[in-house]
Amino acid sequence: MKLNAADYLVKDPKTGKYKEDAEQLVRDDVEKHHWLNVGRTILKDWRLYLMLVPMLLVFLFWRYFPMYELLGAFKFNEEALRVADQNYTGFYYFKMLFLHQSYAPEFWRAFRNTFLLSFYGLLFGFPMPIIIALFFNEIKSNIVRSVYQVITYLPKFISTVVMTSLITMLVRQPSSVMGIEMGVISQMLVKIGAISAETGGLGLLNNPDYFRAIYQISGIWETAGYDSIVFFAAIIAISPTSYEAAQIDGAGKMAQMRYVVLPSILSTIVIMLITRIGSLLNIGYEKVLLLYNDKTYMTADVVSTFAQRYGIGDGMTGLASAAEMLNNVVGMLLVISANTIARKASDVSLY
Amino acid sequence: MKRRLEISELVFKALSYIFLTAFAVCCLYPFIYAISAAISGREAVEYGQIILFPKDIQFDAFKRMFNNNLFWNAYANTLFITFYGTLWAMGVAILGAYALSKKRLMFRKGFNFFLVFTMWFSAGIVPQYLNYLATGKVFESVGIMDDKWLVVITMGMAAMNIILLRNAFEGVPSEIEEAAIVDGATEMQVLGRVYLPMSKSTIATVALFFAISRWNGYFWARQMITNSYEQPLQVYIRRQLEEFTDPEFMAGWNEPYASDSVIYALIVCSIIPVLIIYPFIQKYFAKGVNMGGVKE
Repeated sequence: MKLNAADYLVKDPKTGKYKEDAEQLVRDDVEKHHWLNVGRTILKDWRLYLMLVPMLLVFLFWRYFPMYELLGAFKFNEEALRVADQNYTGFYYFKMLFLHQSYAPEFWRAFRNTFLLSFYGLLFGFPMPIIIALFFNEIKSNIVRSVYQVITYLPKFISTVVMTSLITMLVRQPSSVMGIEMGVISQMLVKIGAISAETGGLGLLNNPDYFRAIYQISGIWETAGYDSIVFFAAIIAISPTSYEAAQIDGAGKMAQMRYVVLPSILSTIVIMLITRIGSLLNIGYEKVLLLYNDKTYMTADVVSTFAQRYGIGDGMTGLASAAEMLNNVVGMLLVISANTIARKASDVSLY
Repeated sequence: MKRRLEISELVFKALSYIFLTAFAVCCLYPFIYAISAAISGREAVEYGQIILFPKDIQFDAFKRMFNNNLFWNAYANTLFITFYGTLWAMGVAILGAYALSKKRLMFRKGFNFFLVFTMWFSAGIVPQYLNYLATGKVFESVGIMDDKWLVVITMGMAAMNIILLRNAFEGVPSEIEEAAIVDGATEMQVLGRVYLPMSKSTIATVALFFAISRWNGYFWARQMITNSYEQPLQVYIRRQLEEFTDPEFMAGWNEPYASDSVIYALIVCSIIPVLIIYPFIQKYFAKGVNMGGVKE
């Protein structure tokens, strides 16, 4: 490497004068005209950049402009004014979330519920697809397995509204006016003694003790079959010779699971687990919104529904924005750290 | 030794059949119950006599729904939003993904980050709501009065889907593209004649992701579409459910079939199209979920 300025200069032996290094001239030229070259390249590929424009605009207008609206969390909200024209109040709304005697407990309840709903989803919902994939692998007939797969993937394709409507109808409370009996699932649960007739009579969706169970069970019902696809793909990729070798060594079914299957799908499990942990605070608010009511706020209210109630319902946009901002910033930190861990652990990053 | 092996495998096999059958029954049961309840007589539904099979069969609940203009309107609106929403999103996504898949694109990393950041951080419901309100005003000022277009154009773009497309385009061998360019193909021809045919299955999968999310979309449609003649099916179902489970409404119910039957009939009608095309699209979804795992 040339470190001194003199190194770049070459002495012309004939005239005794210094002449400039041609390579360096080119280098200088490139540096001097860097932006010109950038411009030229862009101009040459203008079609590519034109193709990017609609996508960039869509994301700018409807993904990034809302982020600008988040400024409302730091400003005194007046409905008549645009965010830009409102006056700064500093951390007024954040203080409210932490200290206000009625909003603060509600916000922390929502934050806790958000975390708990996701966490229980991870705890109970995550192992199910793996178990189902292991069981799928036991069915050797392709036709029979396809039938099972088609049936178990099906709930994934039903919309949230239809699913929640079904849940609402299936566990509804009886109506004394018309003599309408309680929903059929409630009836069954009463019959097998899982709930008392009284609890069923009040309607399971009106009972905060049952909201989490309903949320998780319907979540497993909806996604377990579909989520098993990725694990099943990992399992069928295992070479049959691995099983044969294990069998010759005298491994029973459990030993084969433990020493052949599990190590082979471990990397898939780790990646999926890290993704799930990363999205712990991104909860599907639509389902909560459609299932909860004022009797179940205790366990059902999450940050998004809290924000929806106060922000869209009551017009307290600053408070709601502040609440969601806290939630989403923590969520983003979780995603980024999960992604970093995934990259370290397995050389693949998720995004 | 050999014998013990067979027993443990047999037990596991039996266990898997039992478990899968039970799970499959759980998956199917609510749908079968909904069909039965929709076509059963009033007393059978109200006294909870239906467990699996219908009783005192009637089709009046379906007839009531088919005679309702709002229902057909909602159906047409959903088809409108699904069709144009998918078309718009696919157009934007394919063009963007194609440009992003080119290594020679300058500031490629920056553009990628611009997309990926929206997957990490979203502004949240309320800022988005304010943004859609403002957009709605702009749309009105340029003469687009139909709120459906607001839903079609502003919502449902997903960075993940663009990244899936980009990855598929990156997998197309560059020799084929070069051959096309030597033959005098323009950028659009390269995209249309080389890239699209070579990544058909990914395109089908991504289009299905968009279409399903449009078909199922509820929350924003409910917030943004105020006119009940423009509401999509999901919003209509929810409004009907809210109306029909209201005790006051039920007390005034005076039909030969249960009010619940109407809700079940509505649910059945809304999932029938999904059930019809489901066997054909299911394999694309299986593909999509495996593509979604690992990036770059």
